[in-house]
Amino acid sequence: MAVIFEPTKALLDVPTHYCPGCTHGIIHRLVGEALEELGILDRTVGVAPVGCAVLAYDYFACDMHEAAHGRAPAVATGIKRALPDNIVFTYQGDGDLAAIGTAEIVHAAARGEKITTIFVNNAIYGMTGGQMAPTTLPGQVTETSPYGRNIETQGYPVRVSEMISTLDGAVYVERVSVDTPGNVFKAKKAIKKAFELQTKGAGFTMVEVLSICPTNWGLSPVEALKWLRDNMIPYYPLGVKKDTIGEVK
Amino acid sequence: MAEKVLMKGNEAIGEAAIHAGCQCFFGYPITPQTEVAAYMARKMPKIGRVFLQAESEVAAINMVYGAAGSGVRVMTSSSSPGISLKAEGISYIAGAELPCVIVNIVRGGPGLGSIQPAQSDYFQATKGGGHGDYRLVVFAPSSVQEMVDLIQDAFDVADIYRNPVMVMGDGMLGQMMEPVEFKERPKREIPSKDSWAATGLHGRKQHHVINSLYLQPEKLEEHNKKLSKKYAEIEKNEVRYETYNCEGEVDLVVAAYGTVSRIVKNAIKILEKEGIKVGLIRPITLWPFPKKAFEEVTGRTKHGFISVELSEGQMVEDVMLSVKGRKPVYFYGRSGGMVPTPAEIAGRIRAIVGGEK
Amino acid sequence: MAHQEIIFAGFGGQGILSMGKFLAYAGMDENLNVSWLPSYGPEMRGGTANCSVILTNEDIGSPLVTDATTVVVMNRPSLDKFEHAIVPGGLLIMDSDLVNRESERKDIDVIKIPAQTVAEEVGSKKIANMVLLGAFVEKTGIVPMKALLKALKEHGKEQFYELNKRALERGAEYARK
Repeated sequence: MAVIFEPTKALLDVPTHYCPGCTHGIIHRLVGEALEELGILDRTVGVAPVGCAVLAYDYFACDMHEAAHGRAPAVATGIKRALPDNIVFTYQGDGDLAAIGTAEIVHAAARGEKITTIFVNNAIYGMTGGQMAPTTLPGQVTETSPYGRNIETQGYPVRVSEMISTLDGAVYVERVSVDTPGNVFKAKKAIKKAFELQTKGAGFTMVEVLSICPTNWGLSPVEALKWLRDNMIPYYPLGVKKDTIGEVK
Repeated sequence: MAEKVLMKGNEAIGEAAIHAGCQCFFGYPITPQTEVAAYMARKMPKIGRVFLQAESEVAAINMVYGAAGSGVRVMTSSSSPGISLKAEGISYIAGAELPCVIVNIVRGGPGLGSIQPAQSDYFQATKGGGHGDYRLVVFAPSSVQEMVDLIQDAFDVADIYRNPVMVMGDGMLGQMMEPVEFKERPKREIPSKDSWAATGLHGRKQHHVINSLYLQPEKLEEHNKKLSKKYAEIEKNEVRYETYNCEGEVDLVVAAYGTVSRIVKNAIKILEKEGIKVGLIRPITLWPFPKKAFEEVTGRTKHGFISVELSEGQMVEDVMLSVKGRKPVYFYGRSGGMVPTPAEIAGRIRAIVGGEK
Repeated sequence: MAHQEIIFAGFGGQGILSMGKFLAYAGMDENLNVSWLPSYGPEMRGGTANCSVILTNEDIGSPLVTDATTVVVMNRPSLDKFEHAIVPGGLLIMDSDLVNRESERKDIDVIKIPAQTVAEEVGSKKIANMVLLGAFVEKTGIVPMKALLKALKEHGKEQFYELNKRALERGAEYARK
């Protein structure tokens, strides 16, 4: 019988703790497939964040490293500098990367660290139960913006990909989404390209993935996907923000 | 015999680390230890090793965390306020049981304090600093030569116990020049890191995870018990101290470490001429603290003990714990960058021996 | 018994730290215990530089010199600050071109050298420090002059060696007077 679908070897066969309808599972799978297809699983070390993906180190089959909240890019820097032949990635959420870890991500990118960052942006703090994130949209209701994010007092969301793409050390930055099968395919292509660039020794690569949080958004998964399309994509336009290398040969 | 060279303490730290096989150094400039980073910046790239100036002390210690998890010998250095910033990372490193060496060239505090020499980070170094049930092995050299020796030993101790080791000196020790030799240190058996380091699978079946998170209370307690067992082992094997002039009956015993212990030796010589016999216990490991050295001399010291520190009284608490109330324990300290003279210390000791409390 | 605890003091840029370093190198080569501690911490003041240097065949206690056997000063504030740190019977060496007062101490040896003038005669005011160092070594004999010259050769800039050497010799002449 022909195998038409099988799990990626890059993910361990264990149940995850993610909420029903959460898109972390899809993104994990895309990262795993990229590592497997590029044949780099054997020399990859991943860095897990603090946030919903805190336990990612239990799901990926490659060697994994925990990091303190926001420090994944610094930990990844240490790993990559110590063992430069390894492929190193960070998997971070919006609170981890764009709030407490702003300095680390900016400087890892500015240094052109040869690592890949998977930045999962769902515009909310998931693990702690739905507080305002740096990427929470104006007017968006969260536990800590109960009347909607007020730009007068709570400021504006951060467009991380656009910001990182201004740095010379970043060679490839793309924002993708996993709200439709078509976008999932594009996301896969982007993630694979980022890792492929790393295998060629290019500089810092980052893929921002717009993601949903049905639990804390208070929506069904289907509604959440629609909310992402209607609200997040207009504020966080998809596409390549920076590509200094072009097609990987 | 190795050649004697005149070196500044901070530069000697760098050279000693290189001798010990330090593969990566991550740092951030802060007075009075910046020369460590500058030395590493000059030397490390030339021998194919890693020097990286991080964007903050926070980032630097997390880079150390990553490199230590990768199984290489790694060091960072800083001074007091910078160590406060590193405290979170040190806790993670201790929790994940990773070996690394952290240098603290202590300046006056609290807050931004001063850039002048102090020993006011004793509590921070020996009682935690970061959160959680962990211990940091703390070496306190008193000369540039001892700094060189202990830096090399620190890498071994870190590897043997899979635990961070701090080498703590005051600003004077970092800034002064003394002749040093980079001698071959006694060889210790260093366990392989293959069973735990996250180096990439490279054919290995089971993935390695560097981690300090245990969400189940039973698991975390089990982990903490395991750490405690390790710390007990360190307390059994790694205590180091020097005693000076402590033989027979003594009038008073001074506890002092680092540069202060040298000043105390001068004070002891002054008092010797007056017929006052003063001993010195110089802890070389601040943790584990050399309790036995104090127990051993408690019965022979007429007036008890005095802890002399560049602080408002920190190590004195460990001296009290070691003496267990059997003899009086006095304290004399200068702080904020002030350094006592031998005459000043001798004066305080003279007063105690003369009956003033 | 060889034992000298010296404070070198003056303005930044006068070569205060380096004269201490050369002496420490020479002491080390002569198998003495040596330490060198730059102005750092409590004794530092705006614009001034000083260093504590110890050469001895005993163990060195505190590297910070508080009871100096010799003080070498290259400006007035340094004299004001360190004159009373000299032990009775100790030595004070002053650059009399820059220090505009006499010493108040009657219980010490004082050598006054117009070091700026002498250095300029040799070739450059920048080596006034070496004139004073030459006098110190000649007077105390803590290290042989040839050990100091060796230290200069090994650790100093090649192009200044001859100049420095002449400056040391001129300083030594003052110490013999």
